[in-house]
Amino acid sequence: MNKLGLIIRREYLSRVTRRSFILGTLLTPLAFAVLFVVVGFIFQYESDKSQRIAIFDEGEMLGGAIKDEGNLYFRFEEGPLDTLKANLGEMEYDALLYIPPLKDVMDNRLTAYYYSDDQLTPDVEITIRGRISSAIRDYKIEALALERDQLEALDTRISLEPEPLTDKGTDATRFTSVIAAAIGGLMGFIMYMTVFIYGMMVMRSVMEEKTNRIVEVMISSVRPFQLMLGKIIGVGAVGLTQVAIWAILIPLLGLLARLIFGFDATNPMLESQAAEVNPDDMQAMISMAMSEIASINWWMVLPLFVLYFLGGFFMYSSLFAAVGSAIGDDTGEGQSLTIPITIPVILALYIMIAVIQAPDSSLATWSSIFPLFSPIVMPARLAFGPPLWEVITSVLVMIGSAIFLIWLSGRIYRVGILMYGKKTGFKELAKWIFSKD
Amino acid sequence: MDAILRLEGVVKTYTNHRAVDNVSFEVPRASLFGLLGPNGAGKTSLIRIITAITRADAGAIYLDGKKLEGRFPQQIGYMPEERGLYKRMKVGEHLLYLAQLRGVPKSEAQQQIQHWFDKFDINDWRNKKIEELSKGMQQKIQFIATVMHRPQLLILDEPFSGLDPINTNLIKDEIYNLRQQGTSIIFSTHRMEQVEAICEHIVLINQGLNILEGPLLDIKESFKDNLFRMVYSGQLPVGFAQTYPVVQQEANAVTVQLPDARRGDEMLREVIAGGAHIRSFQEILPSLNDIFIRRVEESNTTLPEELKAQAGS
Repeated sequence: MNKLGLIIRREYLSRVTRRSFILGTLLTPLAFAVLFVVVGFIFQYESDKSQRIAIFDEGEMLGGAIKDEGNLYFRFEEGPLDTLKANLGEMEYDALLYIPPLKDVMDNRLTAYYYSDDQLTPDVEITIRGRISSAIRDYKIEALALERDQLEALDTRISLEPEPLTDKGTDATRFTSVIAAAIGGLMGFIMYMTVFIYGMMVMRSVMEEKTNRIVEVMISSVRPFQLMLGKIIGVGAVGLTQVAIWAILIPLLGLLARLIFGFDATNPMLESQAAEVNPDDMQAMISMAMSEIASINWWMVLPLFVLYFLGGFFMYSSLFAAVGSAIGDDTGEGQSLTIPITIPVILALYIMIAVIQAPDSSLATWSSIFPLFSPIVMPARLAFGPPLWEVITSVLVMIGSAIFLIWLSGRIYRVGILMYGKKTGFKELAKWIFSKD
Repeated sequence: MDAILRLEGVVKTYTNHRAVDNVSFEVPRASLFGLLGPNGAGKTSLIRIITAITRADAGAIYLDGKKLEGRFPQQIGYMPEERGLYKRMKVGEHLLYLAQLRGVPKSEAQQQIQHWFDKFDINDWRNKKIEELSKGMQQKIQFIATVMHRPQLLILDEPFSGLDPINTNLIKDEIYNLRQQGTSIIFSTHRMEQVEAICEHIVLINQGLNILEGPLLDIKESFKDNLFRMVYSGQLPVGFAQTYPVVQQEANAVTVQLPDARRGDEMLREVIAGGAHIRSFQEILPSLNDIFIRRVEESNTTLPEELKAQAGS
């Protein structure tokens, strides 16, 4: 086996066999699943304190019927207001809701009063406002002698269906952009996370080798460049392994959760929204969304995603390796060197978020060609089906830049790993690039 | 002379200083060779050039008669001063990895590892992690890692630093063994007493310059002050001090400076004739330490004080 192969093998195996890696890989999806369930539970959580609320409907507009909801119990009481207020405690009410009469049916403003020593919580407020509003609406329909059917016909639900003008355009449904944005955002975010996590992993490992002084022993048998490249490839393979395991494990866990708990544990929010939608619509929406997901050219998107992962990873991790070689012993001072690397990554994330809203903008075009942004921005656009020339240009520029940055980092690395106890600035790094062997 | 390594006019300049300045010397085959110099003299720079880690600006290096070009020569085993190991790796795996990186086939590397494990009686270390070993134990592993690919030339940079006397002797014995088998060994150190005890040839580097070179005994010979020390009992003949220049007179010993050893024979006859009994008579050769300090001071009048103190310790 050649030396590069040996180094890659060691870098890869020493990481994937580590207990922390195995546990981290297996437990992370589980932790996310638990987090989703917990978050969903928290969002669904309502006040568990039951409240009895007396309603004094002076104008008798509510028709004497307001349905109880959850922990809220409504009872109508007769005035006068002052007596009710005085006896509220004895009557075992927690609050008194006073609704003054409307002066005019055409009046569209009404202030009701909530008397209580407890605080009016937002969820109670929303419930009460909604109840009063719909009851008064019914009252007004009656008072104005309107036809209910006609009223309902006034509200028209609009859906916008995009259709291609010529044969060249792609036929899209109203879900296309939403689904594409969701998939794109997810992909961009995964890229952002992986570039950071594994880039940092390369940097820490380079620093460790330097502090350990193993690097002196190593470079008496291999070229510094081989050592750096071997490490980057090895860690990259670790990253691909982990992402691949997650890609299998997460949907599997979701499926399991559905089987065991009998509900879709991953998105309770969606479900609560869906409750307000007609179930037939819901069914149609899901099947449409599924067909949208299926209609994305995965044979193109997935290989490109892997390609961008590799490109982005090679670019950033080689930069991280160069910085790691310059930092060495004293971590505190060297951290400032990582800032110029982290800024483009973070910037790319924000650009990515903007780009999924407007995937055809000039910002989208240029940032998916600029090599430091493209690995994060372009995967987010892939689901929108960007023009082929942009993809090709972007990939070519990225590959070229990756090769250039690996070369550049190798120049810095070979000097940096042998440099001890010296403070390093960017000027030094620039000098190292051009210094001879 | 049959040289395993020959340096010709090697120059290495960094941005603001000349680390190696026109250095030439030869390392005889199967010898123990001392590469000496104060800290920062350019020893490590020179070694890095020999091991092709860095490239010389000028000059040439011949290993076993062949000019060294670019890549790291497999015939060299280099144990750097700043040496470490991967802490989480197991001892056996680590040695195998380093051997394979030096081009040793796996099965042969396994054999070598077994050989050294048996030799040092450390078979139970095989599956221990490096981080579980003490510093001295790690040094042994370092040494094994350096010699596993059976190099013709071994370069050891401060090989005994951090070792206790027992392990120092263990490694020393192995070094002699390797020399017996024909391996040439370069020691780089600033610890003179070690060099004095081990090396046959030395080269002394200061501020990147080769300031002294040759067989250790010849060098001592050329630096001697013709001092002789005689331990006796009884009385010295009257007028002894007028005939022979006494450098130091002790209770029952005298140190004199004589033009040559033959003059000593005369002196002894005279002393014996005078009725004194001779217990010992020997020529005082300068210690390498003295030569080192003298040469370094000559070549560099502004040598810092702490260095003198260090070399003298």
